[in-house]
Amino acid sequence: MTAIAMPAPDEDVLSRRQDILKALKSIVPGEGVIHEEREMRAYETDALTAYRQLPLIVVLPETVDQVARVLKYCHENNVKVVPRGAGTSLSGGALPLADGVLLSMMKFNQVLDIDFDNRAVVVQPGVTNLGITRAVEDEGFYYAPDPSSQIACSIGGNIAENSGGVHCLKYGLTTNNVLGLEMVLITGEVIRLGGKHLDSEGYDFLALMTGSEGLLGVVTEVTVRILQKPETARALLIGFPTSEDGGRCVADIIAAGIIPGGMEMMDKPAIHAAEDFVNAGYPRDVEALLIVELDGPEKEVDFLIGRVEEIARANQASHVRISQSEEERMTFWAGRKAAFPAVGRISPDYLCMDGTIPRRELPKVLARMRELSEKHGLGVANVFHAGDGNLHPLILYDANKPGELDAAEAFGADILRLCVEVGGVLTGEHGVGIEKRDLMTDMFTDADLKQQQRVKCAFDEKQLLNPGKVFPVLHRCAELGKMHVHKGQLPFPDIPRF
Amino acid sequence: MDGVLKPRDAREIENAVKWAAAEEQPLEIIGQGSKRGLGRPVQAAHVLDLSDVSGVEDYEPAELVLTVKAGTPIAEIERLVDENGQELSFEPMDYGPLQGSEPGMGTIGGVIAANLSGPRRLKAGAARDHILGMEAVSGRGEIFNSGGKVVKNVTGYDLPRALCGSFGTLAVAATVTLKVNPKPETSASFILTGLADKTAVAALCKAMGSSAEVSGAAHLPAGVGGDESQTVLRLEGFETSVDYRFNSLLDLLRQYGRPNRLDEAGSRSLWQTIRDVTPFAGTTTPVWRVSLAPTNGPGFIEMLRRQIKVQAFYDWSGGLVWLTVADGLVHETEIRETLEAAGGGHATLVRAGLSERTNVDVFQPQPTPLAKLTQRLKTQFDPSGILNPGRMVSGV
Repeated sequence: MTAIAMPAPDEDVLSRRQDILKALKSIVPGEGVIHEEREMRAYETDALTAYRQLPLIVVLPETVDQVARVLKYCHENNVKVVPRGAGTSLSGGALPLADGVLLSMMKFNQVLDIDFDNRAVVVQPGVTNLGITRAVEDEGFYYAPDPSSQIACSIGGNIAENSGGVHCLKYGLTTNNVLGLEMVLITGEVIRLGGKHLDSEGYDFLALMTGSEGLLGVVTEVTVRILQKPETARALLIGFPTSEDGGRCVADIIAAGIIPGGMEMMDKPAIHAAEDFVNAGYPRDVEALLIVELDGPEKEVDFLIGRVEEIARANQASHVRISQSEEERMTFWAGRKAAFPAVGRISPDYLCMDGTIPRRELPKVLARMRELSEKHGLGVANVFHAGDGNLHPLILYDANKPGELDAAEAFGADILRLCVEVGGVLTGEHGVGIEKRDLMTDMFTDADLKQQQRVKCAFDEKQLLNPGKVFPVLHRCAELGKMHVHKGQLPFPDIPRF
Repeated sequence: MDGVLKPRDAREIENAVKWAAAEEQPLEIIGQGSKRGLGRPVQAAHVLDLSDVSGVEDYEPAELVLTVKAGTPIAEIERLVDENGQELSFEPMDYGPLQGSEPGMGTIGGVIAANLSGPRRLKAGAARDHILGMEAVSGRGEIFNSGGKVVKNVTGYDLPRALCGSFGTLAVAATVTLKVNPKPETSASFILTGLADKTAVAALCKAMGSSAEVSGAAHLPAGVGGDESQTVLRLEGFETSVDYRFNSLLDLLRQYGRPNRLDEAGSRSLWQTIRDVTPFAGTTTPVWRVSLAPTNGPGFIEMLRRQIKVQAFYDWSGGLVWLTVADGLVHETEIRETLEAAGGGHATLVRAGLSERTNVDVFQPQPTPLAKLTQRLKTQFDPSGILNPGRMVSGV
């Protein structure tokens, strides 16, 4: 375990483990409660594998009523709960707590309703992201948000993390594609938000739940909107002698009124690693490689391919290839999609960072990242969603060399601070989790964080759901509730009155 | 002490709210006051007028990001982004004509507070789908930032989005950051005439489920838009693409009759009519805005017609029903019970007199657990209940 500390386990809860186990078994019968250490090992980490922790007990409910009763029991008995989907979080969002029940939602794996006329699908939260598309693709439909882990990640987890993917520049994040939720509060109360209709007036709890990283409630049913697949998709593979040229090309494409279905960039170390791995035909003598995918009606795509090619040439592109077949388009993507495992071949370990910057700052950020690479003595390869400025620096290190994990984490923190410094944010799509928790104060003031924690207090006053994630300092709700103004003691504001 | 507080910046908003919180003096928050007829009437001795908190702070067309002060007129923002070949793609509707006031009034703060959108909602989303960040002052008089100024961000809770549609009852916005999009090169509309409501909505749903990328799908029954009913689909984008998609709709909807084509100017004017509910402007009968699953729209109206005399038209492929009640009464019970029987949804009274808006649930009533959560969120952000008290729900 490294520098990121979790709250100290509550000895009282640990001493009550047998009682809690008995109570959970009475709610979820059969094999739905896991408590043997050997079996709980499968749950000790998510995709941020540098952090491991055995949970107190794992529970796998099968019905909404069981979820409600588990949460109500935990609420009444002051037991923490960590909700978990497929466990693919890259920021430690599903990392268990030693004194907390791990609530796995993976038995909620049914597609409940497919409504093509209303373009809505109702699923349980354990259905995978790709599972939704699989359920509707025979009729030509798909679910647009496409995180890289879509084959494995659950839609419930996508809600928790507000997942995106290559498509999200054009089609939006999870938050823009979810129509409704059924959820259970920590008190065991069941709430329905939205449905197959588009807008529900009243406070937008759907917005608060999406991206709340399991801190506000447990999702038990999801309604998403589906789209008809675009008629066609084609891609361009464009190489540039400098990252500045690539960055300008991206800006010019958007300025021309073109929003591609996907626009991804890689730097030289990433290009080489990917090419060595999959032989996608990437040029090796470029500093930046851009993949631009255009989707839509065939005529429109043909027209836009021509426009993007012109823009690329005007920005000193040294290589331009246009996909002539579906196979060739897939080859362009093969290297990008394999970039993470490809980097895994050139370095024993890597940390995948996730921050967003204003795109105009890209050259400056890449230059500063090279300086930081020297300072920390570690290499870095970059792949990023060029259309929206979401960077994924891969920091290369060797966990077996003493001190290298610490150096990699320090390097990563410096990169994220740099993102904030140039006007960006700490995370574009992986979430804060535990990974970026202690950096929240670099982006937000104490007052900013207090408002967010007040949302938490409205949902979960005892702070039993997923504590230790997202927020660096746990304020007690009673303390947050105090008003810091006193009647009559404020100076009368100097405001023009009419 | 009654009067208008007119802050000039975020700091002055903070001071005003701090004072009001300390003195427990409720505030009615307005921009240009164009949406005062929406929601329940606010009982407040003081008005917090944000019209001087105005101006563009930062606009980066290439980043698709615009930061403006909350009191900036929406018309000014639309002009600015238009000059740069961009638009607010949520196409905020203008309640002016429907409410019997001037069109083109209102501020971005008001658009966000009411979470406005237009016909493009079904493709591009509402205001809440385009907000990226906000600087605001809570009912505790605490100034805070949330969200960011980049188009992709999941850092912390999505407070800016949650504050959309909260009608100023949680916090007062000082500055908002929005995502803007390129404006389509051209647009056109595909119009079928003479269809009955149910057939029309079936045609709209069929088109929405195709790859034609329809950005507006409405049905105006006979007597609302003209003598004959009009079923309208909007296509936007590059000219070659619009033509191509028009032809694809011709093939797809052949069974529903021969369409007419409206060119760009005609199309724009028709969609503005639909967006601003112009068919119901100029009268004072109560107007309801009903959001429901698109295919349930016609059945809902059919059932309702057996009980009361209504005029209605459909946007969002049938999922948004605008209806007005001919006898001048609000008929809350009939409308909400029929909606429930038609599959459920959300009915909001958007035009009615003061006393109706005081005595009727203007917004869809919430089940108890949700209502309690609403109350808890309000208490967290505005414990003294000074921001637009009662605007949404009595006590909130």
